[in-house]
Amino acid sequence: MDKKATRESYGEALIKLLDIRPDLVVLDADLAAATKTGIFKKAAPDRHFDCGIAEANMMGVAAGIATTGKLVFASSFAMFAAGRAYEIVRNSIGYPNLNVKIGATHAGISVGEDGASHQCCEDIALMSVIPNMTVINPADHVEATAAVLAMADYKGPTYLRFGRLAVPVFNDPETYKFEVGKGVTVKDGKDITIIATGLMVAEAIEAGKALAEQGIDARVINIHTIKPIDREIIEKAARETGKIVTVEEHSVIGGLGSAVASVVTETCPVPVMKIGVKDVFGHSGPAVALLKEFGLSAENIVAVVKGALGK
Amino acid sequence: MDATLKKNLEITATKVRMGVIEGVYNAKAGHPGGSLSVADTLTYLYMARMHVDPANPGMEDRDRLVLSKGHTAPALYSVLAQRGFFPVEELKTLRKQGSRLQGHPSLGKCPGIDMSTGSLGQGVSTACGMALSGKISNESYKVYAVLGDGELEEGQVWESAMFAAHYQLDNLVYIVDNNNLQIDGPITQVMNPYPIDSKFEAFGWHVININGHDFDEIEKAFDEAEKISGQPTVIIQKTTKGKGVSYMENNVSWHGAAPNEEQYNIAMNELKAHLAELEK
Repeated sequence: MDKKATRESYGEALIKLLDIRPDLVVLDADLAAATKTGIFKKAAPDRHFDCGIAEANMMGVAAGIATTGKLVFASSFAMFAAGRAYEIVRNSIGYPNLNVKIGATHAGISVGEDGASHQCCEDIALMSVIPNMTVINPADHVEATAAVLAMADYKGPTYLRFGRLAVPVFNDPETYKFEVGKGVTVKDGKDITIIATGLMVAEAIEAGKALAEQGIDARVINIHTIKPIDREIIEKAARETGKIVTVEEHSVIGGLGSAVASVVTETCPVPVMKIGVKDVFGHSGPAVALLKEFGLSAENIVAVVKGALGK
Repeated sequence: MDATLKKNLEITATKVRMGVIEGVYNAKAGHPGGSLSVADTLTYLYMARMHVDPANPGMEDRDRLVLSKGHTAPALYSVLAQRGFFPVEELKTLRKQGSRLQGHPSLGKCPGIDMSTGSLGQGVSTACGMALSGKISNESYKVYAVLGDGELEEGQVWESAMFAAHYQLDNLVYIVDNNNLQIDGPITQVMNPYPIDSKFEAFGWHVININGHDFDEIEKAFDEAEKISGQPTVIIQKTTKGKGVSYMENNVSWHGAAPNEEQYNIAMNELKAHLAELEK
């Protein structure tokens, strides 16, 4: 299977988006080479503005541009976009409900060697709690591309999360349809449901296959939109399979697991086991080895599922 | 400045100050001191300078104003009411539940407000974004951002200052309301931002120093800013916090406090007397 980092998909998709929205403006904060908005900059230098290492100002500038009706993306690493600029995102973008798209790359533990200062595992929580904010975490190249293009006519503040690590491209570009807020059943199943987001979806698919070989029929759901979350697909899974395991490259506090648990406790209470970063900071190391260490692997999903089923 | 225009502006600015007191008194809260210091410049901008239309507040080619010192919303609301964006009577609803006149300006809630502000240091960046957008598509509009001198202590202000100069935003004017006082005391004692003018100069801005209560100087400054090309302009205006109400002038305790009934009557009587003098 081909592999590609979703940050690459992001940079490339922005060029396609400019065809649909000629008013597109892209901002970056001295990370264009890493966030891959540099790909867009090459294609449309007069529509790419470097704001320097000043993320707070960049988010305000994006808000100002949005008031004039143009479509604007503001890019940085997740740590700085959601973390450093948090209050500007809340007060200058979320509160006035402005059409700013935040393209945040290098999310999660898979940043790798840079270590904990750059491994943002809190961004989904921080962004989800802001009223008006939509939070999208694409799983692969096809989905990331589709999510960026969907922003052409999706209004309102939106946080899009992309990764540094090349991950399997499992969606078929010919048939894949992206809809904000709609989860995708990747594999049907009746014994238990694995709900994953972002680069954990590929691991969940692997886990689903391994479990099938062991006689466990696990449903696998991809939740690319954490907010607004697809309540229907989650409630159905809870009713039909009775147990849920969530998987995310994010803190187990305030991310996908919390969102799923919050849905089922209200309407269809079933056990929800959360796989994620367990309220600890990361550290330096190769991305894949780190993911393994933090339990963000198909292997660990299989173990947790079997534990949940008492097998 | 034309003598009639000047007289009219002085009259309107006095009515604006009365609206500030009316609003803050009825709300039993708010920020009269900085509202009174910035009242003259806001009056000038909306009554004599900015291309705005109360009947069409969202007009695409309108000039924009971001009140980065958002706590002085009572002054902006009062000016907008004088300009006809909404009835003057509505100023009495300031800060009340269900009012369009939020404690700090809120985009989309109140006609004439170009940006939500309140958290200091943020409005200026959004003004930069509006100005950059105007440059990108070659629009005619101007963008004004009003900030406090205490606000200069926010690092984001200087991020924005670097940005505006870097992108040569000559359609952008900052107005620093230099009334010398912030909540905890004189700005020189709390966290000295001086020298303000040479700081902006070093950041690549065109700097104009004026008396912010003199309409001749205010007009000249904005005329000069209009002619500047290739760099943004900052107008640093020396003002008196609490200007126009004797007991509020240069008194830091009126940064964020409402007058009681007796104080309200004194303030309104002083302003009414001033108005009568002007209208003679």
